[in-house]
Amino acid sequence: MANDTKRPVGRRGFLKDAAATAAAFVAEPSAAHGHAHHDHDHDHQHQAVPSDVALRVKALESLLVEKGLVDRAALDAVVDSYETKIGPRNGARVVARAWVDAAYKKRLLADPTAAIAELGYSGGQGEDMVVLENSPKTHNLVVCTLCSCYPWPVLGLPPVWYKSAPYRSRAVIDPRGVLREFGLDLPEGVEVRVWDSTAEVRYLVLPERPAGTDHLSEEALAALVTRDSMIGVTKVLPPQAGGRA
Amino acid sequence: MNGVHDMGGMHGMGPVVHEKDEPVFHEEWEGRVYALTRLVRAGGGRWNIDAGRYEIERIAPAEYLRMSYYERWAWRLPIQAIKIGLVTQAEVESGSPAPGSAKATPQLTAASVPAMVATRVSTKRDVDVKATFKRGQRVRARNMHPTGHTRLPRYARGKVGAVAEDRGVFVFPDTNAEFLGEKPQHLYSVRFTARELWGDRASPRDSVYLDLWDDYLERV
Repeated sequence: MANDTKRPVGRRGFLKDAAATAAAFVAEPSAAHGHAHHDHDHDHQHQAVPSDVALRVKALESLLVEKGLVDRAALDAVVDSYETKIGPRNGARVVARAWVDAAYKKRLLADPTAAIAELGYSGGQGEDMVVLENSPKTHNLVVCTLCSCYPWPVLGLPPVWYKSAPYRSRAVIDPRGVLREFGLDLPEGVEVRVWDSTAEVRYLVLPERPAGTDHLSEEALAALVTRDSMIGVTKVLPPQAGGRA
Repeated sequence: MNGVHDMGGMHGMGPVVHEKDEPVFHEEWEGRVYALTRLVRAGGGRWNIDAGRYEIERIAPAEYLRMSYYERWAWRLPIQAIKIGLVTQAEVESGSPAPGSAKATPQLTAASVPAMVATRVSTKRDVDVKATFKRGQRVRARNMHPTGHTRLPRYARGKVGAVAEDRGVFVFPDTNAEFLGEKPQHLYSVRFTARELWGDRASPRDSVYLDLWDDYLERV
């Protein structure tokens, strides 16, 4: 990307590339079905890499705004929602509540979507939730091998590694190796369950409450819960072990 | 389609790189393309989540692997906007609205965003469809290779598992992605042992659970 940013191509040039790409797809849907397609179209797909993606996005935003289809303030509000409001602190509050309130935990496991909504969290990519409880005998790990499925209302948008080829390819075939890279070396006796998010069901791991935290408030417990522990790649550490970080 | 997006079980992709204190968006344009995609979708029209994934899957393999996640979204956005009918190809090319075209009023304002992001758009359907399989039943994931969109990963095809849960009736992605109907059917959580999927070197205790629709499964 960086190498291309100084290419002397104007906004029109970028847009033209993008349009050619779109047109190739629109005009040649058979290419999408894996049928034989012409080399010409194939070349288009390769050329269509935006030489400056930031400019291309900006140009399209301007067009949609000029046409009255999109409101810039609404765009800002969407970005702000996921940068400041909808993130893993939501999930951490769900986990901490489950740790301190046995009745809530029971509801959370029986009807996760409703129990999560009790705390005010719902929305896109959290429509049909399943909560997976970790225990000393069972460790749950969540992945989406096909794309990037992730429970947005409780964890926000996924980190780059979750959407990356290494994690998506390896989590199902070598979960213990992946966990070791995250610093978690599980004994052979622990059962590892990997959950591949192939449908619209979204998974939240309920990590084990760390030992020696009986004295902590719900709020203090929530502060210990990390995003990674709710995906299942780490455990929640007690505060003296540098938990959270 | 047997695309490069179907990565489960592939080798050679390298270690998982974990970034400490990672920002939600690394660059401003990533947030813009995310928000634009959300707003364009929220406007309705001929679009659904499966069609969206299918567009990404059709990126040429070498490009798919080279692109960052949001570069793929940026690739899809103009295609999506054209297919929905919001803009024309000529407008995307010129960067300006067609001469004499009427200016619309945005459907979503900043004030309506909190409600939009909190709205559930479930693909679960409250319709009476018979379940083919029962909890505990052994099932085989079909050895099928559809050239269109599918959510049955290659690594599970032909493998035998057991139904762990009936999740209810959901929209079927394979037809929905191409606007051929929702074809609602039962979705099951199916447990495959790691050894069934990966052979004797896998842990005898471990397993992989996939959410699979009726049409992906057959009796053993």
